[in-house]
Amino acid sequence: MADMDKHKEAYMEEAYELLAELEDAMLALEETPDDGELIGRAFRALHTIKGSGSMFGFDKIAAFAHEVETVFDLVRNGKIPVTKQLIDLTLSARDHIKRLLDSPDGDTVTGGEEILIYFRKLAIQKEHKENRDAVAPIINECASKTENKNITFRIQFRPNPDIFTKGIDPVLLLDELCTLGNCKILAYTDAIPQLEDIDPESCYTYWDIIITTSKGMNAIKDVFIFVEDECKLSIDVIDDTGKFDEEFGNKKIGEILIERGFITQENLRKVLGQQKRIGEMLVEANVIEPQKLEAALSEQQHLREIKSIKETKQSTQQAEAASSIRVSSDKLDRLVDLVGELVTVQARLTQTAASKSDAELILIAEEVERLTEELRDNTMSVRLVPIGALFSKFKRLVRDLSAETGKEVEMLIEGAETEIDKTVIERLNDPLVHLIRNSIDHGIEQPGKRSSLGKPAQGLLQLSARHSGAYVLIEIVDDGAGIDPEVIRAKAVEKGMIAPADDLTEKEIFSLILAPGFSTAKTITNVSGRGVGMDVVKRAIENLRGSIDITSRKGVGTTITLQLPLTLAIIEGLLVKIGPDYYVMPLFSVEECVELTGDDIARTHGRQIANVRGKIVPYISLREQFSINGGKPSIEQIVITSIDGHRVGFVVDHVIGEHQTVIKSLGRFYKTIEGISGATILGDGTVALILDVVKLVQTAELEEVTTNA
Amino acid sequence: MSIAEIIEATQHLTFKLDEEVFALDIAKVREVLEFTKVTKVPQTPDFMRGVINLRGSVVPVVDLRLKFGMTETQKSITTCIIIVEVSVDGEKTILGALADSVQEVLELEPEQIEPAPKIGMRLNTEFIKGMGKRDGEFIIILDIDKVFSMDELTMVQDAGGRTKDSEGKN
Repeated sequence: MADMDKHKEAYMEEAYELLAELEDAMLALEETPDDGELIGRAFRALHTIKGSGSMFGFDKIAAFAHEVETVFDLVRNGKIPVTKQLIDLTLSARDHIKRLLDSPDGDTVTGGEEILIYFRKLAIQKEHKENRDAVAPIINECASKTENKNITFRIQFRPNPDIFTKGIDPVLLLDELCTLGNCKILAYTDAIPQLEDIDPESCYTYWDIIITTSKGMNAIKDVFIFVEDECKLSIDVIDDTGKFDEEFGNKKIGEILIERGFITQENLRKVLGQQKRIGEMLVEANVIEPQKLEAALSEQQHLREIKSIKETKQSTQQAEAASSIRVSSDKLDRLVDLVGELVTVQARLTQTAASKSDAELILIAEEVERLTEELRDNTMSVRLVPIGALFSKFKRLVRDLSAETGKEVEMLIEGAETEIDKTVIERLNDPLVHLIRNSIDHGIEQPGKRSSLGKPAQGLLQLSARHSGAYVLIEIVDDGAGIDPEVIRAKAVEKGMIAPADDLTEKEIFSLILAPGFSTAKTITNVSGRGVGMDVVKRAIENLRGSIDITSRKGVGTTITLQLPLTLAIIEGLLVKIGPDYYVMPLFSVEECVELTGDDIARTHGRQIANVRGKIVPYISLREQFSINGGKPSIEQIVITSIDGHRVGFVVDHVIGEHQTVIKSLGRFYKTIEGISGATILGDGTVALILDVVKLVQTAELEEVTTNA
Repeated sequence: MSIAEIIEATQHLTFKLDEEVFALDIAKVREVLEFTKVTKVPQTPDFMRGVINLRGSVVPVVDLRLKFGMTETQKSITTCIIIVEVSVDGEKTILGALADSVQEVLELEPEQIEPAPKIGMRLNTEFIKGMGKRDGEFIIILDIDKVFSMDELTMVQDAGGRTKDSEGKN
């Protein structure tokens, strides 16, 4: 039973992927409705959903998918055209299957029947049409059956000598044949008599044609339909499966002998070397004319070529299949954990080796260090997945939203191959959905308005991703109405978020949008505008240790840039020491370190302000903040960080240096501790805490307010 | 937790806090470590001694003496950390508990265990699964899941807040 559950789980997982593929195919079909490859993909997805569904007891899904598949079979055979209606319908069918998958028993899901009614209508419409055009349905049938399958034919075409008198030019027929597929034509000229005997109005030449085509026998017969009586014609299938030289039954005698151990490969090769080609021998024996031989050879060559094309295709397909395997992310997480531990142990080894000053040990330690680094980078890269899969999910969203709002939106995706940590991708979904909704709802205008503004009626939404150092930048660009800083300002004043007299830069005004409870949409739509969104987006991005930046020009458009770390597992940190304990500060926020002496403190009369090259920098004493006992050193260090464009210092006892920090969770018991975002293990095995500098500053600001109040 | 639940002989790990003997269901115990350096996490109550490195995982350590109203555990040659697996809100969590010394693994028959008296324990009776008797000596059998229950966790948060407030006023 448990086994069955496992299979069911695997089926669900597969089904979700197939649904995604179906959706992808449908959306792509919208752009290129004639793409047989895409139709095939959709059909296969439906077929597998149906097949595996009934196997694992998902009967409802199987029954539903079956009917949709039936329609797609007709689509595939070109009997139903790909229309917007079909795409809409298929997408809703896809949603229905997803709902069926989501609900455990599937009983509560309704609406499937209505979708099917439409599908059935499509199929019935088609049948009527078919009956009306009574053009040899059998031929159609035959043609459709053999469609998509390459078959190689040998055509021996020998026109009657008087064919010219019937007004037929055989060359035109041959030309027509060439349009059907991969074609090799060989002319026989042996029947041409001596010059004096030639009747210029007779045709002496005859042809052998080897053709590989997906159009089927009937298409070929059609070519010769008017000359049937004027020639000797034979059409034979010489290969209809695409399988050549199958191992069985097609073995050469030499191979069999080698297999049986009667001769060796070498012996065979020697003997074969002496042997003349069979063709040459036949010609020598006058059994066959050289020209006939040539025809046969060209047939052989043609088959070889087709075979090699197929093989290359197959081998690339195989390579694709072999190049990726599915691994549960738990296993991956465990691997990353272990590598993290290895990094820790390696740091310890390096430290020990250095202290022992044993040259041989140091050499080994260095080797281990190099390998560990490589291993770490590789393991981290395993967790990185291209962001494209996430982006293409939004195609559907954009499509639905534009339909809902009556706006025309084109979505462009750039940098789909950009890789980013899987966890980051998973947690990016909701914020991105929100931002895209905003762009379409608030940004892009109605087509009419756009035209009157001289913009193309179709709005443009661009999603792009690119690497920038240890970060990935994701941009959501629209060419919509843009944000009016004055409107934002007025709204913020109205909500009491800022004072009317406050002097704010444009950037600061835009960042107000990210504040809780801010929404400028005058009417609340079900797309966006409840004012709960942007601060949630901001928090989600901050939780990923990322940042969000808005630039906008009124009437031109808005660009929202998300800066996200490549991975959540390792950060570059600055190791500092306070009292007996070590702490790690994220290096990306650190700008510089300066000394803080007792004199400096005396000079500022106890106010926590440092003078750094003439600039005032406030600082927070971590020793006080964390109530760490013990005497502080006479010269402390200020680590100056840049947070939201402000410089804030943190006073520590010592700055140790850079540290590759493998982030460990502190667990649920410390979940609510503010100012500490995690822990890491140092070379000597002790635990160092990772500081959340942003939170620390916020806490300090809050305390300042409460203390002064 | 009532005594009714202890119906068959169970093995317990006994350990000492001060002069008192406590016991834990052996199934909950993962391993016993020597006392190592504990890193204090700021803004947490005193009984949360901090975190240690357990073969690459960061594990919180609780000072049971402080938790039970005794004085802070002092490091001695016998001090050790009992690594236990508790379920908090149905989720398994690894924790370290400081003990002055670990005694032995003890099999207790159900008849050797009595319910804890409601008074006179100087200890939240919620934490106690029962009282074991051996050679005229009482063994307090702890319900370790309760000791580290969600309510106790909330205490961690409150205390965290308090420390911060008091600092702000300094």
